[in-house]
Amino acid sequence: MKQVDIVIVGGGPAGLAAAVAAYDSGAENILILERDEQLGGILNQCIHNGFGLHTFKEELTGPEYADRFIQQVNEREIPYLLNTMVMDISPDRIVTAMNREDGMFQLEAKAVVLAMGCREKPRGALNIPGYRPAGIFSAGTAQRLVNIEGYMPGKEVVVLGSGDIGLIMARRMTLEGAKVKLVAELMPYSGGLKRNIVQCLDDFGIPLRLSHTVIDIEGKEHITAVTIAEVGADRKPIPGTEERYTCDTLLLSCGLIPENELSTAAGVELSPVTNGPVVNESLETNIPGVFACGNVLHVHDLVDYVSEEAAKAGQTAAKYARGEVTESAGKEIRMKAESGVRYTVPSTIHPDRVDDKLTVRFRVGDVYKDSYVSVYFDDERVQHKKKRIIAPGEMEQIVLTKKQLEEYPDLQTITVKIEAM
Amino acid sequence: MEIRELTCINCPMGCLLTVETDGDEIKDISGYTCPRGRTYAEKEVTNPTRIVTSTVKVVGGKNERVACKTEHDIPKDKIFAVMEAINAAEVQAPVVIGEVLISNVAGTGVDVVATAHAI
Repeated sequence: MKQVDIVIVGGGPAGLAAAVAAYDSGAENILILERDEQLGGILNQCIHNGFGLHTFKEELTGPEYADRFIQQVNEREIPYLLNTMVMDISPDRIVTAMNREDGMFQLEAKAVVLAMGCREKPRGALNIPGYRPAGIFSAGTAQRLVNIEGYMPGKEVVVLGSGDIGLIMARRMTLEGAKVKLVAELMPYSGGLKRNIVQCLDDFGIPLRLSHTVIDIEGKEHITAVTIAEVGADRKPIPGTEERYTCDTLLLSCGLIPENELSTAAGVELSPVTNGPVVNESLETNIPGVFACGNVLHVHDLVDYVSEEAAKAGQTAAKYARGEVTESAGKEIRMKAESGVRYTVPSTIHPDRVDDKLTVRFRVGDVYKDSYVSVYFDDERVQHKKKRIIAPGEMEQIVLTKKQLEEYPDLQTITVKIEAM
Repeated sequence: MEIRELTCINCPMGCLLTVETDGDEIKDISGYTCPRGRTYAEKEVTNPTRIVTSTVKVVGGKNERVACKTEHDIPKDKIFAVMEAINAAEVQAPVVIGEVLISNVAGTGVDVVATAHAI
């Protein structure tokens, strides 16, 4: 069986950044496995701008951002296989993959980096009543059709869900001549970034109807109309608020789910909140030598943070492959998410394995104005940072230092919570 | 006197800004809660600009489309004129990232450049 130091599953932004960082940390025998016919992942169809403000200090489009990392991979001559589908990862890191040239083959990896990204919630997961005609697309599918295939799915569009891809596609379809009638959002707030609401909807006079959802779909062969209704606090439709909109296209932008079938089969423990692996400070899963980063770990809003996180996973994978990561001698600190904080990544911390600093990322479950993000070391509050606003649509982070952790040798639990003024 | 309402995009606060103008002159800006909001409102009312991103049709190659953008921001009211020019254009494969696809698009003085490779 072929031996590889680090197998990286997925050649999107996470996989590319992990590969580059692993190489720069001294790993030599790296292999990226990508199922598409090119590297870059979903960035290739995200032709809009706004990427890279943190990483490159300039505003790039998705394909430009991907190209920067592809160049870095090429400069380092890191090998990759395209059109290659990973079929299985075993708990002892035997990776089974297949493609047209090599057929089915197996690799023995010292370390594996999971970088498979995420998938969109399909209609079937949303329980929308009505017929099942053609003309209903996930926003990302429509994005691929328009931007890669050069094919317009329709002319009269309703968008359900105000995630960023839905907002971006509302603008994109408008620019290509379609009439986008409205964006309906079940929640009382948008899941998208503020700048996308302004530049994708307000700029073109597209209404955003919060606390509204689609309650009926008409059309036997092809969609002809949808019915929208307002929902109450229980998110159930309020009778009498129904409005009918004719349309030939319904786009769904209702959330993303990390794609973890391979992880589950390998025995990787998943978080019920993020649907991504439970990881420690090294972004290592419960299976030793298997690391996770990017949208397969938890869904990100900004690719810049994906790159940063993936670099960390690449670095620790390189250390692991060299045999430098031994069983942690010290104790394990548990991270707890409380009062408004839905989850934290990582979930556990071995203080002896923390570099100088450790970034902990989290999301909240509601909109909080004029609140504090507080960090407790057991019962003692050690961070108390005022935030004017914290919203579910924007990932937050706190930074812990090694020094700080060393000052508390008996620390058992770190709690992150939102506190009122 | 004209009153315009804007949503600030600088942070997730999304402050509602109200701008009072008299012709080209800004009379009053309110609703902002930090200096960035005020600057944003001034720019949006006097000279709103956007970068337009789209795709150009590729002929003679494997790819159907190549992603593109206006190299710099263009006046907001030129967005659809720029789109019309982009949709009328065709480019021969292969295309290299950064290649100028349309120069001085819709008389804006800004070029449309490829943001991806096409083969």
